[in-house]
Amino acid sequence: MASPLSFFGGFKLTLAHIGRPKVTTSYPQHKRAKQPRQHGRHVLNRYEDGMEKCIGCELCAGVCPVNCIYVRGLDNPPDHPVSPGERYGYVYEINYLRCIHCDLCVEACPTQAITESKMFEFSFTNRADAIYTKAELLVDDQGFPQRLPWEDWREGEAAMTGGWMRATSPAGDAEYEGVIQWTGDLGVGVRAAEAGQSGQRDDEATGSKQLREVFYRHLQPEDVPLDRRGLRGMIRNAREKMPHRSHGDRGEQ
Amino acid sequence: MNQLFAASDPLFNHGTGDWIVLLIVLVKILVGFGALMTAVIVMIWFERKAISDMQSRIGPQRWGPFGLLQTVADGLKLIGKEDLVPAEADVFVFKLAPYLVVIPAFITFALVPVGGTLHIAGHVVLLQMANPPMGILLMLAMSGISVYGVMLAGWSSGSKYPLLSSVRASAQMISYEAALGMTIVTVILVTGALTTHNIVLSQGGGIWHWNLIRLGFVPFAIFLIAITAELNRPPFDVVEAESELVGGFHTEYSSFRFAIFFLAEFMNTITMSAIMVTLFFGGPAGWVPPVAHLKWVFPIIWFLIKTSIFCFCYIWFRAALPRFRYDQLMDLGWKRLIPLSLGWMLIVAGFLISWRWGLLMFAAVLFAWIVLTRAFELGKTRESGPERVLPTVGERPIPGRVIRRLSDEER
Repeated sequence: MASPLSFFGGFKLTLAHIGRPKVTTSYPQHKRAKQPRQHGRHVLNRYEDGMEKCIGCELCAGVCPVNCIYVRGLDNPPDHPVSPGERYGYVYEINYLRCIHCDLCVEACPTQAITESKMFEFSFTNRADAIYTKAELLVDDQGFPQRLPWEDWREGEAAMTGGWMRATSPAGDAEYEGVIQWTGDLGVGVRAAEAGQSGQRDDEATGSKQLREVFYRHLQPEDVPLDRRGLRGMIRNAREKMPHRSHGDRGEQ
Repeated sequence: MNQLFAASDPLFNHGTGDWIVLLIVLVKILVGFGALMTAVIVMIWFERKAISDMQSRIGPQRWGPFGLLQTVADGLKLIGKEDLVPAEADVFVFKLAPYLVVIPAFITFALVPVGGTLHIAGHVVLLQMANPPMGILLMLAMSGISVYGVMLAGWSSGSKYPLLSSVRASAQMISYEAALGMTIVTVILVTGALTTHNIVLSQGGGIWHWNLIRLGFVPFAIFLIAITAELNRPPFDVVEAESELVGGFHTEYSSFRFAIFFLAEFMNTITMSAIMVTLFFGGPAGWVPPVAHLKWVFPIIWFLIKTSIFCFCYIWFRAALPRFRYDQLMDLGWKRLIPLSLGWMLIVAGFLISWRWGLLMFAAVLFAWIVLTRAFELGKTRESGPERVLPTVGERPIPGRVIRRLSDEER
């Protein structure tokens, strides 16, 4: 039988929570950093010479679970081709009232023509605006996504657009685990592969962070990661709170 | 009439005709009303902030400093909403019911002594809105009337869910009122006074004279539980369980009338905290520093501190305790609190006569307790009800229970 004092456990816990840091962020004023694999609004990429990557194969439209993508391919005009292949995407439309940002189109694309940016804060005042056409999805001459007036782009989001890579093979083949299959787009370097089934993860290289690390203050004592517990954890937390000193400075001394 | 008033309130010693007396009464009422309304606004803000702190949230923060004006904004929003009266409603009763809840809440607060006595222009002024001779009994009467408010609100809505909810609410409030009344009787027995002023006076002179200690901890605990149920506050809020029901007895209310119910609920929370302080914690009694002219301020501060502690307790209950099931609620009220408060009252009464009587009563209560425990135990295992109702068809099988097959005629 539980101790009679355990009845007051709820009182103790709720009182202890008063002192703990708040989970809520005041959203429009303060925005939380996004995860590196955040799925946002799509972009249609180009090669460095300005050619479109899309070859109009309609695989993205075929794989889309909510049928939000509409693609029509057309033979490239021989005198001024749009894409390096035989055909190009003549019509490319995405209906964002339907899109669930599952990224299956990105997985399916054989030329990495369609990728997702990190931008998700966009809204429309009529339904027609929700359908993005090729003119809006295509990146500009420098390879950056277009910033439409109803979209809320933040610093650094445009640069992270193309740098997505698979952690494991799409077929679930273990041989591909940790093998980077994608090249970095838009001048962003290739990041390390993310943790797959092996559990080996290099969070600093991939830029991702475990939720348990982010919210360790709010967890039950037994759920706190081992290196956050006890004296060692206190030292680590204190060190992270100190103003960041870059490794370059230390190397020069 | 004058004599009746003068018996309990020294302000009316020279009759009620004096215009200064009238002015003092008017000022007391206005200040009390204003203070209570402000307290309600602060209480709602405090509840939301404290609850959000306990849940690692921020809480209201947009209106005013620290979100203090959030309640005012909510009130304005509610008043701006459309005022609906259901087609099936009994219009007069429907419109009357909110006032049957809110006015008793005001009247109950009028009884609470918030400070000591003042001498203004040759008149002795008690720092409480009224000190009627029947005193604390008026509080019981008022809580009885607010049951009517709840009952009529549900009944007159012309809708079955508010009706069901109001039946539950009034059943709950009436059940706990018995235990509540019994604990008040113990207080009256010990202090020998009905008026709140005298109850407070008899508890003056140190913490050992507080009824909390004098009566033993039990009446206070019963009072706290019973009053929480009486207020329909968590964990006894099955009536308007926000996460399960639409809104309980006030489902059909909107706009200003809903705001009045809301107001009354929080006003009652404050008032009952104040009553609890009055009955068990000496009211405004406390240490007064030897300052020449501001002596009357410190009792008020003591009163405010004690009351706000209890207001926080209600919020804490809401954060920490899960909601009672309806049968658990009735079980606690009838099988535990009422016998306990009755027994404790007998013991207190016995000890007030002599220690022999006290011990005798104690033995009697102990015996009754054993008998009751045995009776409840037997009652738990007893199966009741017509035989045909018990076995049901198409139920998910509980281990150890055989499901009846369909008979031929039923097929």
